[in-house]
Formats: sequence, structure tokens, C-alpha cells
Amino acid sequence: MTTTENGTKGQGSRAGRVRSLARRRRRASAARFWRQYRTHRAGLFGLGTLLLCALSALAAPLLAGSDVDDVTDAPGGPLEDPSARFPFGTDRFGRNLLGLVIWGARVSLLVGLLAAVLSVAIGTLIGVTAGHFKGWYATVMMRITDWFLVMPTLVLAIALATVMPRSLLTIVVAIGVTTWPTTARLVRAQTLAVETRPYIERARALGGGHWHIMFRHVLPNVMPLVLAQTTLIISSAILAEATLAFLGLGDPTVVSWGALLQDAREAGAVSSGHWWYLVPPGVAVAVVALAFTLCGRAVEQVLNPRLGVSR
Amino acid sequence: MTADAASAPAGTADATGPEASRGPRARGATAYLRYVAGKLAGAAVSLFAVLVTSFFLFRLIPGDPVKFMTGGRQVSAEQLANYREQFGLDLPLWQQFTDSCGKALTGDLGTSYQFNAPVSDKITEALPNTLLLTGTAFVIYTLLGIVLGTRSAWRHGRIGDRLNTGLALTLYSVPSFWLGLLLIVTLSVGAGPLPGLFPTGGMESGGEEGLAYVLDVAHHLVLPVVTLVAVEYGQTLLVTRSALLDEMGSDYLTTARAKGLRDDLVRRRHAVPNALLPTVTLILINLGRTVAGVILVETVFSWPGLGGLFYQALSVPDLPLVQGLFFVFAAAVIVMNTVADLIYPLLDPRVGR
Repeated sequence: MTTTENGTKGQGSRAGRVRSLARRRRRASAARFWRQYRTHRAGLFGLGTLLLCALSALAAPLLAGSDVDDVTDAPGGPLEDPSARFPFGTDRFGRNLLGLVIWGARVSLLVGLLAAVLSVAIGTLIGVTAGHFKGWYATVMMRITDWFLVMPTLVLAIALATVMPRSLLTIVVAIGVTTWPTTARLVRAQTLAVETRPYIERARALGGGHWHIMFRHVLPNVMPLVLAQTTLIISSAILAEATLAFLGLGDPTVVSWGALLQDAREAGAVSSGHWWYLVPPGVAVAVVALAFTLCGRAVEQVLNPRLGVSR
Repeated sequence: MTADAASAPAGTADATGPEASRGPRARGATAYLRYVAGKLAGAAVSLFAVLVTSFFLFRLIPGDPVKFMTGGRQVSAEQLANYREQFGLDLPLWQQFTDSCGKALTGDLGTSYQFNAPVSDKITEALPNTLLLTGTAFVIYTLLGIVLGTRSAWRHGRIGDRLNTGLALTLYSVPSFWLGLLLIVTLSVGAGPLPGLFPTGGMESGGEEGLAYVLDVAHHLVLPVVTLVAVEYGQTLLVTRSALLDEMGSDYLTTARAKGLRDDLVRRRHAVPNALLPTVTLILINLGRTVAGVILVETVFSWPGLGGLFYQALSVPDLPLVQGLFFVFAAAVIVMNTVADLIYPLLDPRVGR
């Protein structure tokens, strides 16, 4: 805004005006997006749930105390039933299960987000470049994508997690590296559609290079799609993290929902009928995964109204 | 992967879309044969790529496989060298690779460290059990998904549709292993007033023969199948629903109604068969993924199938077995994808026109 007021003459002021115009348009379209998103009740529900989860994950030290995962100084006896002191009961070391579930949200959300960002980043990079540079580069990239697409994702992720050292980073990489192909395909299709528009030709005629066209013109136009895709991938990444941790491939030193379930199974909660040990972490995974899925579907419907009719 | 979120219907549709449009030009058998040859060649390349990956990927596991085999026992250097020679681990990597490729062509996938038995034997032993489990679950979740998806689409926006899709999406977000554990706790072990109705795991109690054996296996099959169906049917439901909704506005349905056909007949004879066309491919692709996704369910229920075997092999790690199973899982997906590609043009002559 300030640039339009200040600038009256010269090259710089014109560039500033253009930029502020672009900014205003972007803001308007964001507002329009939000207005439409608001009409999707399931999407709002998902968003609300996510905000709640994110807040409690951030406030975990306040809500649950920072020493909740301390095995040696646990407040209760092992496998206590739910009570007023321990609403979800205690785990096999006597730790407060409610506190552990709250702390677990941090790891699960963090891994889910990072893995999804990695996956979408790879997918977008390959999708945009394969759509922009045609010819042998695109052919090779799409062959690789197709090949990853037919690999059983979970099996490949398990294999990668087995091969690499046990850490959160490993889990993030294993999930990110195995889930990008759908994004790459979607983004490439969108890039091909965007590249036929006249403004791309204009940018090229004005001397815009590959880099300029891909990042200033194509990328902003595929961003909405990428956003929807990210939300949907986060939900599968959180499920995948729980799965890998359950199989014992996660970092043994951190508390995550999948690791809690693995603990529960190892402690014999299944055969001894301690169902309340199993319920909270699983419900947490399901609720967060569902919330992300609902958000992703709502975003998809806003961006592609035809889906709104058909789904 | 079971957890591919609800993007999977849309995502997979998009992924197969361009493939399908490259299909035959509907100009007779030669065009179709050329198409088949292309797809089969593509599948062969994919299978080879999987073979290469499975070989090199698992060589990255840190540690000496021979040490794993001897399990930390005190062994002399000679014995170690013997083991190395027996499993071909003393050869250079590229030679190990060409050897294993050559052997793989004859169906020999090496020898399991853990069981000291041929990998191919272990796999053929476990395969029928996995096929029984996934096959049963597949039939049930496909039928359930199609029936519920059809109903949902036919009365879309109503309360029934919302409940249906809501439940499907919720179950879709549930980790399969967790659902399995919960079912075991409530229905096998028995929680509170509930008695243990089903066995906690395995495939048979042992000792039965004839009909009693069949019933016993069926009894063991219930919970794993319920788990698989619960987490998988949502996908089919959503795909069927959106495919049918795409058909809903079509002119031929108006015509059918104008003829005076009952609503029920319009749905069953006209709308559903057309809507199922795109669904079939997705269902097949899904089946390939289910075979891989069964790892967790089999682990939780100690089902003696490929998935359970994979888990056991991973914890050692038993390289040849892991490698062989990885190949089988990937091959299942590739084969199902290829089958879907091959039958789609036969089902829908509009493709590629």
C-alpha cells in the first residue's frame, strides 16, 4: 500500500504499484477462498479440531508438565485403571497416559507436517520442472514417477526405515520419499494447463527465463492444488508415522502415538484386556488424520467446484 | 499403503487417466494387441526395476549379515568364512547381483538366514494364507463399498449419505493395526461383560479335520477380515459414489425414466453398470495395495501369511527373505495395475476415441 502512495514517478514506483496490485488481488482471492471454505461444515470442523490439537501440542509442557516421559520417576503404579488423578490411566512404567498422549501430539504432528512438506516439495519440484521442460527430461522424470507410483508405499517406507538409523528424521524421509508421486503427477498436469495460457507467452516474449516463468508464474498458479494435496498427505503421513513406530522402526527415545501403541502391545495390554491403554493414542491418530482429510477435501471442493457436486 | 488418505480416489483416478487415454484407438484387435504388448513391456521393466531396488536397498542395512545369522554366538573365523561362502556373501557385489538375477529368473530367491530354507518355499507356504485373508476381505469390502456407495450417491446430500460417507472417512483414518488390537481386546480377550468370542490370533487351533477344520479356520478368519474390510471399504465407497454422481445428470437416465422405468431399475440396469467402469480399475489397483497393506493386520493377528513373515524377517533382518517378500508385494501391485490397464479398454470402448 505504501508503495502506491509514495511512488509517483520512475521505474521503481511502477514496479511497486504492480506489486501492490498483485498483493491486493492475492488478498482478495484469499478472502474469497475463506468465504467459500466457511460454507463447508466438515472442513470447519476439521480446522477447529486441528487448531485445538496444535494448541495442546504447543502447550504440552504447561498442560502435562515437562517430565511426563520420565520412566524412573513415574507418578503412579504400572497399568493403573483410569481415575481422577490419571484420566486415561497409567502406562507400563506408571507414567500418566493423558500427559503422554498430549506430548505424543508434538511428535506425530511434527513428523506428519515435515513428511508432507518434504513429499509435496519433491512432488512439486518434479511436477513443475517436468511440465515446463518437455522432452527427454520430462520423459525420464515421469518414468521415475510412474515407477514410484507402482511401488507399495508402505512396504517401501518400511524398507527405507529399516535401512536407515532409527530417528525421527528417518521416518520423515521414509514417508516423504515414498509418497510424492501422486503430487508430481497432479502438479505436472496443472503445469501443462497453466503453460498454455497467454500470460506465460507474454512473460516469455518479455524475456523471462525458465526460472522466472516457473517460479513467478507457474508456481503461484499450482499453489492452491499443492495446498490441498499437502493437507491430504499430512493425514496419511501421520498414519504412516504411527504405523512405522508401531512396527518398532521409530526413534525409541521419543514419545509418539504409534510408539505408545507399540509399548501397549509389548506390555501385554492386549491379552490382559487393558483396553484403556490402547484407546487414547489410537483415537488421537484417527481424529487428527480425519481432521486433515476433512480440511483437504473442503479445500479441494472450494478449488474445484465440480467436485463439490460430485462428492 | 492403506493410509493414502481420501486423496487416493482422486489421485489414483488422475494417475490412471493419462494412461487410459493412451489406450487403443478402438480400431480392432491389432491396435489392442499393440496396446497389450506395450503394457506388458512396461510391467516387465517395472518388475526388473523392483528386482534391482530390492537387491541394493537391503544391502544398505548396516551390520554384517553373517553376524546376525550366528546370533552373537562365539564362532571361529573359519566358520564365518564358511557361512559367507555358503550364502555367496564373499563375492563382489555386482557378481552377487547378477547371480541373484539369474537365479530369480528360475524362481530361486535365495536361502533364508533365519529358517535356513529356500525363500521361495517360505513364500509359497505363506501365500495361500494371505490370499485367503485378502481374497475374503476383498470380496466383502468391494461389494460393501459398491452397494453403500451406490445408495449414497442415489440419495446424495441426505442424512443417510452423510452418515455413510462420514463413517467411511472416519474408518479410513483409523490405523488398521489399532483397530485390530481393539477388536482382539474386546472380542477375543473379552472386556467387561463381553466374553471372548473369537480366537486371539493364528489361523487354526490344530487337531481338527474336515468340516471342523474349515469352520475353525473361518472362525479365526473373522476378526482379521473385519479389520481389513473396515479400513478398506471407504475407498471403494467414495470412488463408486463419485463415479455414480458423475453419471447422474446423463441424458440416458432421463430417457430411462421417461420410458416409465421404476427408479430401482433405472439405477440397477442403467446407472450402476456405467458408473462401475471407472471403478473397476481403481478396485483392482486397490487390491494390489491391500496385499501390501495386509502386513500390519497379519502381524497383529499372528496370521501365518506373507505380511507376518515380512515382519518376522525384518526384525532379524533376514535379507534374502525381506528382499523376496518386497519383490512379491511390489509385483502384486504391478500385476494388478497391468491387469487394470489391460481390461479397461475392453470394458469401456469409449476409451481413446
